[in-house]
Amino acid sequence: MTATTIEARPVSRAASSAFTSLLLRDFVVVLKQKVPFLMRTVTQPLLTVFVFGYVFPKIGQGVGGPKGSAEFASILGPGLIAIALIFQGIQAVALPLVSEFGYTREIEDRVLAPLSVSMVAMAKIVSGAIQASISALITVPIVLWVPASPVHLHIHWLALITVAPLAAMLGGSLGLALGTRVEPRQVSLMFSILVMPMSMLGAVYYPWSKLTAIPWLRWAVLINPLVYMSEGFRMALTDIGHMNAWAIYAMLIGATGLLMRAGLKGFANRVLT
Amino acid sequence: MDAPEHHGPTTATTTDAAIRTAGLTKVFAGRGEPLIAVDQLDLTVARGEIFGLLGPNGAGKTTTVGMLTTRVVPSAGAAWVGGIDVRARPTAVKQVIGVVPQSNTLDRSLNVRENLVFHGRYFGMHGRMARRTADELLDQFRLADRADAEIDALSGGMAQRLMLARAVMHRPNVLFLDEPTAGLDPQSRLALWQVVQELHANGQTILLTTHYMEEADQLCGRVAIMDHGRILALDTPEQLKATVGAATEVRMQVAGDRLQELATALEALPGTSGARVLDGIVYVYVNHGGPRLPELIAAADRAGHTVSDVGVTEPTLETVFINLTGRDLRE
Repeated sequence: MTATTIEARPVSRAASSAFTSLLLRDFVVVLKQKVPFLMRTVTQPLLTVFVFGYVFPKIGQGVGGPKGSAEFASILGPGLIAIALIFQGIQAVALPLVSEFGYTREIEDRVLAPLSVSMVAMAKIVSGAIQASISALITVPIVLWVPASPVHLHIHWLALITVAPLAAMLGGSLGLALGTRVEPRQVSLMFSILVMPMSMLGAVYYPWSKLTAIPWLRWAVLINPLVYMSEGFRMALTDIGHMNAWAIYAMLIGATGLLMRAGLKGFANRVLT
Repeated sequence: MDAPEHHGPTTATTTDAAIRTAGLTKVFAGRGEPLIAVDQLDLTVARGEIFGLLGPNGAGKTTTVGMLTTRVVPSAGAAWVGGIDVRARPTAVKQVIGVVPQSNTLDRSLNVRENLVFHGRYFGMHGRMARRTADELLDQFRLADRADAEIDALSGGMAQRLMLARAVMHRPNVLFLDEPTAGLDPQSRLALWQVVQELHANGQTILLTTHYMEEADQLCGRVAIMDHGRILALDTPEQLKATVGAATEVRMQVAGDRLQELATALEALPGTSGARVLDGIVYVYVNHGGPRLPELIAAADRAGHTVSDVGVTEPTLETVFINLTGRDLRE
């Protein structure tokens, strides 16, 4: 301790081991809270699929017409996987950050770890993306097996392995952007004025191409990044008509980039004075 | 975003200075007048030293620590910790510092032991080493029986000891303690002082901020008295107290409102080196061989004042602060 020469590790090596340790910490916390994690992941898709995919066809109250119930279940599946990513991004990144900034000030210790402030923020995004991916995987069997009529899957692997990580990073980035801007007292407001409209108008319950019937809505929803996630999973998992693939990729990358930038900037603004 | 840093080894073979600042300044621009929180601070803390920043709330102590620990971006000037430039290489600095902040920043999602284990991992320890070091620290800081407790179940004193254990776990070159005993009960405060003294005895360089003059007096080898972002005086506690130039401080509580008049009368007595009124109390500084207590009370009587209470102490760092600013530390 009294040495006059400091022999510390190179900055880059210290930073990379701190980065993986921050991810490991989040993973351990998820394992400790696996029951609430599962519950918040499963409840929403399970209830949605149960009501729209099981109850409605059984009682003859079809969505999308009587012959449309099987198709509807196939439309809904990719949308619910996309929603799972967005929800988990918010649950895993935004909500903890709101309290770490607001009540506990824990974040002050985390940014003293030997890595740059933007790397600490990046660890939040990556951790959120991993947790979002786990949620999406848990959602898959629910959307496949709960509906009364069979779901017609057609997996396009190349699309899946490119869309899924992008969508997961988008979820994590959205979580960081929100978590660094929302005050603790605004959390419920965030859900009602942002998360709810996003999920209802995110091409989850209908394919975007069908909105040709309501042209103003068709264009208005393009501001919602969830649209590209839902359409991306529709492209990757089904043969249902979807938005142009290039548009999906361009917008997924663009939205992730914008939200990541906003999140990193918001994080630096909150932790550095 | 952070400035790019050099990715070489963070080796510093410089002087004996653990901390050095040159013209270090922080200005908070807000609505209205910009606030100069730290005003051109020049400071050198030697290795192995335990150095105190003493001053009232708002003196700029925490902002100074914030800049030295990379959390607050300086507006001007420079600072080096362990020879590493804080502004140019904040990430390298973070490797060589340990910080106990004012508020409890323990990880609420982890238990006591996990807080230490993960801290060790953030600082590059492998799993087994992190666990072993965590256990050693839990013993050293008398937290072993609380190893599996949740953070919210800890008392203030225990949380503070755990934060201290966490801050020294990666063997930092410089340990920063920001108001380490604020809000602690007297017993926990003494326990923490003991731990800090043990760390110092083992050669740990420590910079602490406090607004408790006893804390600065008891713990620190040197103390800088700070107010309005500037250092007003800097020396050993003994030397600082000697600047008062009196052997005894007499505090007199007196009825009535002509206190300044009384202070002036007492100051004029032979053998006193000064008197002042603060918060309705008259302070008289008495030299060796100066007037004794009964004589002072008699003098007050003669001037038409009734003394209701008196206290006699040696001059403290608070006396020094009052001498420098005309205010006491609690203001």
